[in-house]
Amino acid sequence: MKADETTDRRSFLRRIGRWLGGIAMAGSAGYLCFDSRSRGTVWQIDPYTCVACGNCATHCVLQESAVKCVHAYAVCGYCRICFGFFGPEPAGITEAAENQLCPTGAINRKYVEDPYYQYSIDEALCNGCGKCVEGCNTFGNGSLFLQVRHDRCLNCNECAIAAVCPSGAFKRIPAGRPYLFKEP
Amino acid sequence: MWPIVFTALFAAALSLFPRTATAVERFPPPEFESGYEIPQPTAPEPRARPYDYLDTAVLMAALAAAAWFVLKMRSRKAVFVLMVLCLLYLGFWRGGCVCPVGAAQNVILAVFDAEYVASWIVILFFFAPLAACLFFGRVFCSSVCPLGAVQDLVVFKPVQVPAWLESPLRLTAYLYLGTTVLMAATGSAFVICRYDPFVALFRLSGSINILVMAGCLLVMGIFIGRPYCRFLCPYGVILRNVSRVSKWHVTITPQDCVKCRLCEDSCPFGAIRPPAKATPESSRPMLKRRLAVSMAAIPVLAAAGGWAGYKASGLLARVHPTTRLAERVFLEDTGKAEGTTDASDAFRGTGEEAETLYAEAADIGALFGRGSILLGAFMGLVAAVKLAQALVGPGNDNYIADRASCLACGRCFQYCPVDRK
Repeated sequence: MKADETTDRRSFLRRIGRWLGGIAMAGSAGYLCFDSRSRGTVWQIDPYTCVACGNCATHCVLQESAVKCVHAYAVCGYCRICFGFFGPEPAGITEAAENQLCPTGAINRKYVEDPYYQYSIDEALCNGCGKCVEGCNTFGNGSLFLQVRHDRCLNCNECAIAAVCPSGAFKRIPAGRPYLFKEP
Repeated sequence: MWPIVFTALFAAALSLFPRTATAVERFPPPEFESGYEIPQPTAPEPRARPYDYLDTAVLMAALAAAAWFVLKMRSRKAVFVLMVLCLLYLGFWRGGCVCPVGAAQNVILAVFDAEYVASWIVILFFFAPLAACLFFGRVFCSSVCPLGAVQDLVVFKPVQVPAWLESPLRLTAYLYLGTTVLMAATGSAFVICRYDPFVALFRLSGSINILVMAGCLLVMGIFIGRPYCRFLCPYGVILRNVSRVSKWHVTITPQDCVKCRLCEDSCPFGAIRPPAKATPESSRPMLKRRLAVSMAAIPVLAAAGGWAGYKASGLLARVHPTTRLAERVFLEDTGKAEGTTDASDAFRGTGEEAETLYAEAADIGALFGRGSILLGAFMGLVAAVKLAQALVGPGNDNYIADRASCLACGRCFQYCPVDRK
């Protein structure tokens, strides 16, 4: 680096600083990119760790949480008396609102064949509170579970629900396989 | 009637089981005879993915345009328009996520945690503004960053913060950066995102505390230009130090400065340095003494900072969820706390030993001990450098834009009466 007449000490130091900075940046960016095997991550709930505490419904930065209940039909027992659907003391085995556990009435119960009933989630109504999940986990097969729905999730860099998740069920998982469904 | 009996029976039988039930097949899935097909749950794709390339293109184009507007066109208007466009796209349309400020944490975590892999777009968002800064100064701050833009829009009645106050206040930003590194490196939290004041505003949703904080910063920003950028932004700290060595940089006048003093109050961010009085030969010994003092202050302040960091490490470690959980479980086990929390219930549900948890928390505590000492020493070092700058700072002949503090907004251009050729 030859100092010509216009180069004073400060600009010389600056030039050295610039080169060092550039090398450091290129080096670390290169190192990290070399390491970057994935196409990024998304937030998801591990259904086997989740305790259905209810924080998902209240802590998402979206007004209506990005977490919804998902039903793994293949795990479901298709019970006539579903503890994810009926409240603790139902007046009768009917779909009447007062019998339901879900505070928003987001679970649809449909007769399939004797004695089996299909339960499906109306995601537009589900608020992700996890009440049905707790009921199904405690008494049933655990086929109802909470998942981050990626058509809604903003994928915040730090998920506000993950920050308050009591069981550490919120994880960053590869964006290529963005769901953790329960399977039989 | 009998569902109640059912419930009671099940409750009695199953209350012994942990709350986190693994998929137990209490009721075997039926074999249907009516030809019913078992449906599959839907799995919508992450909605951000198609935006990756668009975001990248917008960032690159905006950085290039900003450099052109600031250094070649020298047009405040063009910078302003670009700033508003970037605010609309990166801020309001994309909700302020992904942003280079927060991307710093992903990069830090990727460096320290071998299991965490940062995606290419995050790495690019972190480094591209820095690379631009290496050549053109802080053009990212002036026209691309949505957090800066939203504050820039409310600078109505700027008041000059005196230089003796501005520099020490900036220590907050260094502390914020240091804490960010500590928290991200230990995998405790992404503090920049957690306390980001304006993302909640962009999305018009989020915690009410954060929205109030955003409101306060914006009201403050009417009088003190861009308070977040100057006194808090951790990424700004990195940028200002890169900007010191940038190849090209904002010059207030396109030609020679005529020292008309018209630009003196044009900068709402206190980034214009007036010419210093020439130091007379007689004050040389005094400057030497001052230099000696500031050199001696380096180890003293660093040691003091390290000590303070060590003292604060217990408090800092509580940010990590495992530390908090271990503390809670310990309090419950020793009968010092009544009842249980969701977290302690969940922990007991896993059936793990409390001792394992305590050991884990102790490891994290030790990590925080070392990290906090480093953080404190770093703060001491920064304070020492600031002291040295204040005591024996270099003078300049003309009105110049301070390389570090100048946000390249271009407000001073229109105050300069010197025509450009």
